[in-house]
Amino acid sequence: MLKGSLEITQKRELAPDVYELHLCGPAAEAITKPGQFMNIQIEGKYLRRPISIADKFADELTIVFKTVGEGTKILSKMDKGEKLDVLSGLGNGYDIEKSSNTPYIVGGGLGIPPLVLLAKKLVKAGIKPNVILGFNNRDEIFYEEMFRGCDVKITTMDGSSGIKGFVTDTINRDEYAFACGPEPMLKAVHSKVTKGQFSFEERMGCGFGACMGCSCKTITGYKRICKEGPILEHEEILW
Amino acid sequence: MVDLCGINIDNPIIPASGTFGYGYEFAELYDINILGTFSFKGTTAKPRFGNDTPRIAECPSGMLNSVGLQNPGVDAVIETELPKLSKVFNKPVMANISGFSVEEYEEVAKKLTQCDQIGWMEVNISCPNVHGGGMSFGTTAKGAAEVTAAVKRATYKPVIMKLSPNVTNITEIAKACEDAGADGISLINTLMGMRFDLKTEKPILANTTGGLSGPAIFPVALRMVYEVANTVNIPVIGMGGISNANDVKEMMLAGATAVEIGAANLINPYICKEIIEELDNA
Repeated sequence: MLKGSLEITQKRELAPDVYELHLCGPAAEAITKPGQFMNIQIEGKYLRRPISIADKFADELTIVFKTVGEGTKILSKMDKGEKLDVLSGLGNGYDIEKSSNTPYIVGGGLGIPPLVLLAKKLVKAGIKPNVILGFNNRDEIFYEEMFRGCDVKITTMDGSSGIKGFVTDTINRDEYAFACGPEPMLKAVHSKVTKGQFSFEERMGCGFGACMGCSCKTITGYKRICKEGPILEHEEILW
Repeated sequence: MVDLCGINIDNPIIPASGTFGYGYEFAELYDINILGTFSFKGTTAKPRFGNDTPRIAECPSGMLNSVGLQNPGVDAVIETELPKLSKVFNKPVMANISGFSVEEYEEVAKKLTQCDQIGWMEVNISCPNVHGGGMSFGTTAKGAAEVTAAVKRATYKPVIMKLSPNVTNITEIAKACEDAGADGISLINTLMGMRFDLKTEKPILANTTGGLSGPAIFPVALRMVYEVANTVNIPVIGMGGISNANDVKEMMLAGATAVEIGAANLINPYICKEIIEELDNA
């Protein structure tokens, strides 16, 4: 973990209420694996806000978030040149060594961004991921162009783009899966495959393992989502 | 140098129980030997998972938690956590103990007394997040005195009673602890509170209520420390929302011998180090 400040170098709105920030600074170094996160101090709020890393290039990180509450609303109003106080390099991250040669990457909505860096690392390692991205409708689609070198399928609940239905409707073989998204989606993916890594969310106090605010039960014992997670292995997950 | 119930500590800064684990997460960040000591995660006789999640909620200038005493149990603390801690911390540590019966407090204290690493027993009779234990002992003078006497029987180490602010008359409880043999008093634990999620119209915390900590409770804590310090003749450790060196100075003015720092560690893991440095340079 590194505590430091990151400067906002770029900001864009990817979809309604969905923002992407590019952040630059030495605290970026602490991010070593896809699926890790930062805990960001927000002006006027007490607790930091945990947000996953979408992409990393040298000392620049990308984060994507939706304005779901007051904290993310304040963050969305910040601009280029402003600085964020962060605890960086949190969480275990995805372990790409365990991947098969043609794994599924399954993302739902705001669960999609952390999979970008994952896909990049997998492709670089000579792996050919099959990416399935799920959205509610066409207007909410973002980031489908970010998965270079991958086979990408889009699903929408209303059928306004891509395949109509759930992401799991396109999973037709038992293959290694990397997943990130809402818990019902994770559970559905989990039931379709027998191996993989799943990224979980929980309300956190500290983000670095001190407060036990985000504990969960697993087959292998109690785990802290912020420290031993947020990525859990298929075989250890208890629903 | 501060004399805390017969043991000298280098400075009055003590990370509070439940915000510092068993020390080693923070030892990866800085040399925790600069601390006066720290109070380790509240420990019970048996392992506990604690409450369901969500256990955390944001509040104006603070937070609610309802962890519910998650801990590996006293035997695992002795076999695993303390040996691990001994590699990174060479000062006496404060054991924080909790229970659901007077006998449980006694059992945990008896076992931990065997450990040379432990300097003090801080007895949590103020956890608001468990039912049938914790705070129920700390909200009456009789219950507080009973636990004090039981732990005193179980250990020769200094016994510090950690009090709940969720009472009408804090001085009465503190006095009862002193009369039952307590060597020190620490206060305040968290104030009970709750929040609703307006989208679901349900409480945010799975346990419905939780304990409020952070700067929001500092003035309340200060007032209670002041009242207790003016009532008892044993050392008082002040805590509750301390966030910077000036807050520490105010707590000392209110009569505290030392201070514990809690929620602030979660927001800035280096806060205790920074406060110690600021007080040193003053």
